[in-house]
Amino acid sequence: MVTSSHSRPGTPSPAGSTPSPSEPDEPRNTTGRSVSPATDLSVQQRAGIWIRKHGVGPYLLLLPATAVIGALILWPAVQVGLFSFQNYGLMQISGVLPAQWIGFSNYSQILHDPEFWQSLKTSLYFALVVVPLTMIIGTLVGQLLARLGPKMRTFVSVSALLAWATPAVSASVIFVWLVDPDGGVVDWALAKLPSWLGGGAHWAGFSWTNATLPAYTVLTVMLVWTGFPFIAVTVLAGLRTLPSELLEAARVDGAGPWRTFWKVTFPLLRPVFLVLALLSTIWDFGMFTQAYIVTGNLGNRDEYNLGLYEYSQAFTQPPHYGLASAAAFVLTIILLIVTVGYVRAAIKQGSLA
Amino acid sequence: MTSVPVSGSAVARRAGSGRAGRRLRRTSRKAALNLAGVLVALFALFPVLWMISTAFKPASEIYSLTPQPLPLHPTLANFRAVISGSVIGISYWNFLKNSLFITIVAVAVSSLVGLLAAIALGRFKFRFRTTYLIMLLIVQLLPQQALVVSLFIDFRKLNLLDSLVGLIAVYTAFALPVTIWMLRNFAATVPKELEEAAAIDGAGAWTRFWRILLPLVSPGLVATSVFAFIFAYNEFVFALTFLGTDTAKFTLPLYVQYFYGQNSTNWGAIMASSTLFTIPVLVFFLFTQRRLASGLVAGAVKG
Repeated sequence: MVTSSHSRPGTPSPAGSTPSPSEPDEPRNTTGRSVSPATDLSVQQRAGIWIRKHGVGPYLLLLPATAVIGALILWPAVQVGLFSFQNYGLMQISGVLPAQWIGFSNYSQILHDPEFWQSLKTSLYFALVVVPLTMIIGTLVGQLLARLGPKMRTFVSVSALLAWATPAVSASVIFVWLVDPDGGVVDWALAKLPSWLGGGAHWAGFSWTNATLPAYTVLTVMLVWTGFPFIAVTVLAGLRTLPSELLEAARVDGAGPWRTFWKVTFPLLRPVFLVLALLSTIWDFGMFTQAYIVTGNLGNRDEYNLGLYEYSQAFTQPPHYGLASAAAFVLTIILLIVTVGYVRAAIKQGSLA
Repeated sequence: MTSVPVSGSAVARRAGSGRAGRRLRRTSRKAALNLAGVLVALFALFPVLWMISTAFKPASEIYSLTPQPLPLHPTLANFRAVISGSVIGISYWNFLKNSLFITIVAVAVSSLVGLLAAIALGRFKFRFRTTYLIMLLIVQLLPQQALVVSLFIDFRKLNLLDSLVGLIAVYTAFALPVTIWMLRNFAATVPKELEEAAAIDGAGAWTRFWRILLPLVSPGLVATSVFAFIFAYNEFVFALTFLGTDTAKFTLPLYVQYFYGQNSTNWGAIMASSTLFTIPVLVFFLFTQRRLASGLVAGAVKG
């Protein structure tokens, strides 16, 4: 459309005169008049006719995007697969030695590495805790938003979305400061809490980032904080698509909010919840930036999740790009399995139409 | 939190204790809901507010035994240290300039390239259309820390490490899938009749694009640009990997992280650097959130 001809004002568009096989839904585009293509056409117009005739218009439009995505996303993805079968390291990247194919030995090496299994477990447990927590809190807030007046609703949802829009680096640095042992507000507040709420003086000076469980507790709160607004506004939008008579009928029949949710809202919005859960799983399982900063810039090996483990193989000395690629491939495959579920859910929802 | 007031009103209806009682219950239900709303907003805003408040505190208040919500003696010393560059030798402005340059170029290129692709996907039917859409969905979700290894090796060969150009290319590519995905819906909704009418009046393809299609998809372009902007301005993994050695070329997120690593106890200055990084993007978000929220929700609910 854009690349096709630019006809002078007054002349009927030659574009309309050739019914294009590529646009079955645009047959009425024809002006009704036909132009003999032989006479007096510029190169641009001829090109336009050729493009229409052969139906290559959409492919030309897709060309730049495909080139960029292909070169900078798809090819690197393929290359990760290739590197995972090579002994690519310092010698190879500096060109001293050629890379050699070494079969599956990178894979067998990481699969025999206890640190790999430790990091995989950390990623799995983390996703298993954070995803349900974010979904529950997000859904509750979405329900709350639906019941608020318009002004209050705007105030609460915009405030929540500010948390969502806060950059991961800022959020991480802020949370590390909140839980800082000297001067952090969290340790101070926990020390002030009455002991039956789990508070007490032993919290004063408690260090959150030096061990796996406390560090991932901080990360859990942070990712729930970042993730719940998106779920809340999406659930709110979903709730507004529901016919109000249904919810009204449930209420008249004496169904409480719990029953109404499980018997009416959830079944109707099941696709929305499915998409949200799959997206959250992909984001939380693949968390990198926040874990990188909170656990101390790759300094604590026992606090790695799968992403940090993979990254550290390539970017701590000495670099093992082959091992990192094998780990990256494993990470990608796990996420692709979730992604396939996501794509199927999206197709079911009809969003590929 | 939300279920309590609702069940309260159900009880009220069953009890049916007169009009006054019902009105009282309705107001108290509303008050409880509003209170819950305020608590949610506080939870969401607290970390950011605490960051800003810390940035204005003098050291004595930052490490005081009883933290105050607001600075008692507000000071600009932390901001001065960050802007003058007295802590790591380079001023904040340098990093803001890097970030804005990279972000603006990446957003412009990805909007243009993305719009072309969105027109193809939104307004044409062709053979690999569904395949292409599925490819876009999958590509959006590939983990960036997995691809960064092989991009690093390529960029090293192409001399694109420590270069803003390399980062622009990567940000353009990774902003594209979402941009195309969202814009294609906007492109699809432009009525064909409008274009046909213009064609009959003799408007060429270029004129139809500028005069009809572009104005009608521009709300979509605003939404996708905001998304691409927030993504590129906030991005960390690629910046960390590609700009490893040349501090002067750092983008803002990398700068904040580096600053934190270099002065891990100077929380006033760290929070000041983080405030100067975060506030622009939040203000930008506030100004654009209306359009953004609709695009966000359309993207999620409709796919």
